[in-house]
Amino acid sequence: MRHIISVLVENEFGVLSRIAGLFSGRGFNIESLCVAEGIDPTISTMTIVTTGNEAILEQILKQLNKLINVIKVTDFKEMDYVSREMILVKLHTDEKTRAEILRMAEIFRGKIIDVSPKTYTLLVTGDEEKLKAFLALVKPIGIKELVRTGPIAIARGEKTIKPKEIQNKGGEADG
Amino acid sequence: MEGVDTIFCYPGGATLNITDALYHSDIHQIVVRHEQAAVHAADGYSRASGRVGVSLVTSGPGATNTVTGIATAYMDSIPIVIFSCQVNTMLIGNDAFQEADIVGITRPCTKHNYLVKDVKDLARIIKEAFFIARSGRPGPVLVDIPKDVSAASCDFKYPDKIFLRSYQPTYVGHAGQIKRLLKTIAVSKRPVLYTGGGIISSGASQELLKFAEKLSIPVTNTLMGLGGFPGNHPLFLGMLGMHGNYAANMAITESDLIIAIGSRFDDRATGKVDEFAPRAKIVHIDIDPTSISKNIKVDIPVVGDSKNVLKKMLEMLDDNKEDFENFQQNITDWVQTVNHWKNNYPLTYTKNGTLKPQYVIERIYELTKGNAIISTEVGQNQMWAAQFFKFLKPRTILTSGGLGTMGYGFPASIGAQVAFPKSLVIDIAGDGSIQMNIQELATAVQYNLPVKIVILNNRFLGMVRQWQELFYEKRYTWTHMNHAPDFVKLAEAYGAAGYRITEEKDVDDVLHEAFNNNKTTIVDVHVNPEECVYPMVPAGAPLKDMLLV
Repeated sequence: MRHIISVLVENEFGVLSRIAGLFSGRGFNIESLCVAEGIDPTISTMTIVTTGNEAILEQILKQLNKLINVIKVTDFKEMDYVSREMILVKLHTDEKTRAEILRMAEIFRGKIIDVSPKTYTLLVTGDEEKLKAFLALVKPIGIKELVRTGPIAIARGEKTIKPKEIQNKGGEADG
Repeated sequence: MEGVDTIFCYPGGATLNITDALYHSDIHQIVVRHEQAAVHAADGYSRASGRVGVSLVTSGPGATNTVTGIATAYMDSIPIVIFSCQVNTMLIGNDAFQEADIVGITRPCTKHNYLVKDVKDLARIIKEAFFIARSGRPGPVLVDIPKDVSAASCDFKYPDKIFLRSYQPTYVGHAGQIKRLLKTIAVSKRPVLYTGGGIISSGASQELLKFAEKLSIPVTNTLMGLGGFPGNHPLFLGMLGMHGNYAANMAITESDLIIAIGSRFDDRATGKVDEFAPRAKIVHIDIDPTSISKNIKVDIPVVGDSKNVLKKMLEMLDDNKEDFENFQQNITDWVQTVNHWKNNYPLTYTKNGTLKPQYVIERIYELTKGNAIISTEVGQNQMWAAQFFKFLKPRTILTSGGLGTMGYGFPASIGAQVAFPKSLVIDIAGDGSIQMNIQELATAVQYNLPVKIVILNNRFLGMVRQWQELFYEKRYTWTHMNHAPDFVKLAEAYGAAGYRITEEKDVDDVLHEAFNNNKTTIVDVHVNPEECVYPMVPAGAPLKDMLLV
C-alpha cells in the first residue's frame, strides 16, 4: 500500500540524514522525498512517499515520531488531500514534431521553458495519473531526459498540518 | 548542574583543552585503557546507580572505539552521555588527522547526537543531552566537540530550563486504556506478568511487587528485567525465552492474558513469534510507542512510564474491588498448574563429579546471599548467571541483553564499583569474553577497584560451541580456545590477585577468600568444557519446544 506522509522537522543540519538513515536502517522503502522549509523558517516539511502494509506503516510513523528532531508526522491517508508533482522533460524535436509537442503541452497545461534547435524542455505539474498519461503520449516523440520531484501534498479545506500546540510540560527539563 | 561526580575517559590531541580544564577538577576521572571500556564503564555505572553515566574520549579512533559501547547502551536503553572530541571546525570534512564523522557513525545507535559548532550553544546542548539521555525511554546521547570550540570562551550560563517542542515523552498512561486493561485482567483465568528492563529504568519494582502480590499473578522476567521482581519470590517463574525456565515458557504458552510491562518482545524472549502465547490476549505497557505491536500484535496498548502506570493500576484496583471479587478463585487452577511446572521442572544440571559452571553460580549466590552486583559477559556465562543467581533487587545485574556484547561485563563492573565502592561487584565471565577487554585490569588495579572476575573457563567459546554440538554435528570450527593465557599469572602481572579452582571441593573456600581480599581479583575456574545451557529453545522454534537437560 502506498502512503504519502508529511513530516515536520527542525530545520537543522543532519536531519535529512536521520530520516534517510531510519528508512534504510529499518528496511523501509522511500519512493520519493521532497523537502524544503515552509512559512516558519525553523521548520522544514518533508513529504515522503513510502510503501508497506499496515504494520510496517505503523512502525514508520512511530519510528519517525521517535526521532528527537521530528516535530509532527501525518499520514495523508487520514484526510482528504491534494497532491502534485512536477516534471521537467526534455524532448527531441524536429519540424514535424514541434507542433504536436506544443499541442500536447497545451492540453496538459504544461509550459515550454527552454528551447534549442533540437529540443524542447517542458514543465508539467499534476498528480501521478496525469503525469503518467502525459509521459505515455510524448514517449513516441522521444524523451531525451526526465527529472521529477515526487509528490508534495496538502490537506483539503481549512485543515492544516501544523506543529502540535506547545504544551509546557513533559518536554521541560528539571532545574 | 547535572551532578556528574565521575567520568570514564581517555585522552588524545583533541581532548587537550578539556583535559587541561579538568586538572583541578573534583570530578572523579577514571582513565581506562581502551575507549570501548570507557563507555561500558559509564554504562555499568549508570545501570548500577540509576544516574547518567558519562565518558569523554578523543577524536577519530578514540571516538570510533566507543561505537560498540554506545550500541550496547542503546539496545538496552541505558542513559549515558558520551563526549567525543573532534578536529577543528575548519578541518571537518577534510580528512584531517584523527578525524572521523562520529555524529554520522553513531546516528543509528544513539538516542540523539550533536555536533557543537559554536561554544555559545555548548551549555544548552549539554543540558539537552542529559535530559534526552535520562527521560522517556532512556538511551545514549553523544556530543561531539571540535577542538576550536573547546578552546573558545564565552559567558557561561547553564540554562535552568530547556524546552524541546519535538520531544515530549508520555509518562502518564491513558486512563481509559488502563481501565480496559484492568477489566481484562479481572476476567482472565490464566494471567502472567511479563516484565522487562522498563521496570528497572522507571524504578517500578515496588509497584510491580505490590500488584503481583495483590492479585497473586505469577511473574516472569526478561533478561533485562531480572532484579525487577525478587528472584526468590514464590510468584516468580524465572526468566523466559531461549534459555528460560520451563515454568515461565509454559506459562506464556498456556496463558490467556499476558501483561507485558516495560519489555519489548525481543526475539530471544518470544521464540517463534507466530506461536508466542497462542491462547492469550496481550496487554502492553511501555513508554516507547514503537515497542508496541512491533513484534507481537497487542490487544490493549498503554503508552506510559511503567511506574506511573502501575501506580495508577494499584489505585484503580482499590476503587474497583468488586470487579476482582472472584479473581483469586478463578485463577486457583492456573496457579496450581504453574506451581506444578515450577516444582517438577526446576532449573537443573547433571551432577557427575566434574566441576559444573552452574554449581559455581549457585555457590556465588549462596556465599553472597544475593547481596552483590553481578555483571556478566555474553554467552553461556551470561545465561548461567541469569538462571542460577537469584537477583533480589533491581540494578544488581549488569548484562548486555540486546546487543550481546562480549567484553561488556568487566568494564561495566568497574563502573559499578566506582559508583558503589563498598559493594561486592562480581563479573561472571567466560574465558573468551574476558579476553575482549582484559586490558582493563590495569584500570581496576590503578584505582583500587576490588572487582572480582570469576572466569567460567571451559576453553571454548561455549555458546557457539553448544550450537555446533546441537545443530552442526560437533564441528567445532573456531570455537576451541586452546591457547588461553594463564589467567592467574596474568592477574599477577597486572598487580591483581589470581586464584584457580579445578575441583568442586575448593569452590567455597577460594571464592570466600577472593571475595574478602580487597583486591582486583581473577578466579579462574576450570569447569566442565562441554557443558550446555538448558533449557534451550532452538532458534525459530516456539517457546514450548524446549530441549531439557
